[in-house]
Amino acid sequence: MEKGGLHPMIIVGVVLAALLTIAPGLIWLERRMLALWQDRYGPNRAGPFGVLIVLADTIKLFFKEDWIPPFADKFVFVVAPAIVAITVLMSFVVVPFAPGFVVSNINIGILFFLAMSSMGAYSIILGGWASNNKYSLLGAMRGAAQMISYEVFMGLSLMGVVLMAGSFNLQDIVYAQRGLWFVVPQFLGFVIFFIAGIAETHRLPFDIPEAESELVAGFHSEYSGMKFGLFFVGEYLGITLISAVTVALFFGGWLGPAFLPPVAWFALKTFAFIAFFILLRAALPRPRYDQLMEFGWKILFPLTLVNLLATATILLWMES
Amino acid sequence: MELTFYIASGIAIVATIMVITRYNLIHALLYLVVSFLAVALVFFVLGAPFVAALEVIVYAGAIVVLIIFVIMMLNLKEEAVEEERHWLTRDVFIGPAILSVLLLAELVYIIIQGDTGQIATKAIDAKAVGISLYGPYVIGVELSGILLMAGIVGAYHLGRQKKKVVHRFLEHAEE
Repeated sequence: MEKGGLHPMIIVGVVLAALLTIAPGLIWLERRMLALWQDRYGPNRAGPFGVLIVLADTIKLFFKEDWIPPFADKFVFVVAPAIVAITVLMSFVVVPFAPGFVVSNINIGILFFLAMSSMGAYSIILGGWASNNKYSLLGAMRGAAQMISYEVFMGLSLMGVVLMAGSFNLQDIVYAQRGLWFVVPQFLGFVIFFIAGIAETHRLPFDIPEAESELVAGFHSEYSGMKFGLFFVGEYLGITLISAVTVALFFGGWLGPAFLPPVAWFALKTFAFIAFFILLRAALPRPRYDQLMEFGWKILFPLTLVNLLATATILLWMES
Repeated sequence: MELTFYIASGIAIVATIMVITRYNLIHALLYLVVSFLAVALVFFVLGAPFVAALEVIVYAGAIVVLIIFVIMMLNLKEEAVEEERHWLTRDVFIGPAILSVLLLAELVYIIIQGDTGQIATKAIDAKAVGISLYGPYVIGVELSGILLMAGIVGAYHLGRQKKKVVHRFLEHAEE
């Protein structure tokens, strides 16, 4: 904790309240933005600009029958949606929103984030397996393969940043970007991390675990009511998380000209990435499953290694 | 901190016992994940945050996911649970129990005899781990590297097959 920092519990409360407001807000934002790019109106009836559509949707979800299929594995079926929400919310613990405004300033910040995102894979796998449904199982297997593969270079692509900052701590990394944002020297790392981030949150175009045109709804076909709602909100929390981490690692975090407070800079940059996520959904088609794996292992993985090697070499050369 | 250590190690022991006694493989693996998480916490409390993070990323995050992946492909259902129930009789536990009791006796003897040091001494960061891995223990790193390479080559050999074209239009184009 920085000197004179707020009590951690206050920060937890503020962050949690902000996130749980942002995630449903994003649902409305995404639907409106998609509509804009596809030349239609989108939800515009409930409330000003249709903002209240999310409220209406939530009420609908609460009153829907929360059905657990008789052929499902009940315990695992119930636990799976909770895992995605828990792991993503836990990851926010290490994200520094402003100087000193971070829940836990631990030294292994990046590793903690990677650990939590790898635990997030369980929600898909267990959800799909417990549903005891062919489509769910196929979605879960795709999801497992995709998330394990992309985790590898997600971690490795960040090591360039760690080398340059000399620390796993996200706050130190932000401070190390005072002179130059890491997106310039680590541009390759940024691109790979962002692509891997899209795959980790299984967003379009990498949403093959839930590809609705082939697998009904993939791993969450059997889910209804608020259990489905948790998967849904978890996805939007994941988008926010990847955007926030990208900003902290590559785009200088809260750093910016002084006419705006640090938190505002952080929120502004994060929002730009969230909008980019949504634009991707509107702009790109979904690759085939084997294309996705090939792209990962044959292109991104070697590039990541080259990036890591080059960064390390240049740093050693500059030192001597 | 000491209380955290005892709670985490207690959870690790209980979870590991549950891993052995579950009939359903996926449930057993879930307890294995809990056990790994508890062990990671033990590492963290003992002052090895880097190893703790790697324990979660590698063991809980990647290896168990791979095992679950294989089990999902095998499609084990009620018959497998029945079979497992059949195998897990009391007689099976006698051999391992004797061995474990011997190990436990040794452990208790060592704890009583020697000075085991305090819990949470000094935090060992990533740099220290890296220096010791590529310093005194470099031969171990190299050997495990060779072992993994052998695994990759073996998997490539087993998985290699000629590309089959099933579509009648593409059959000639691929020649």
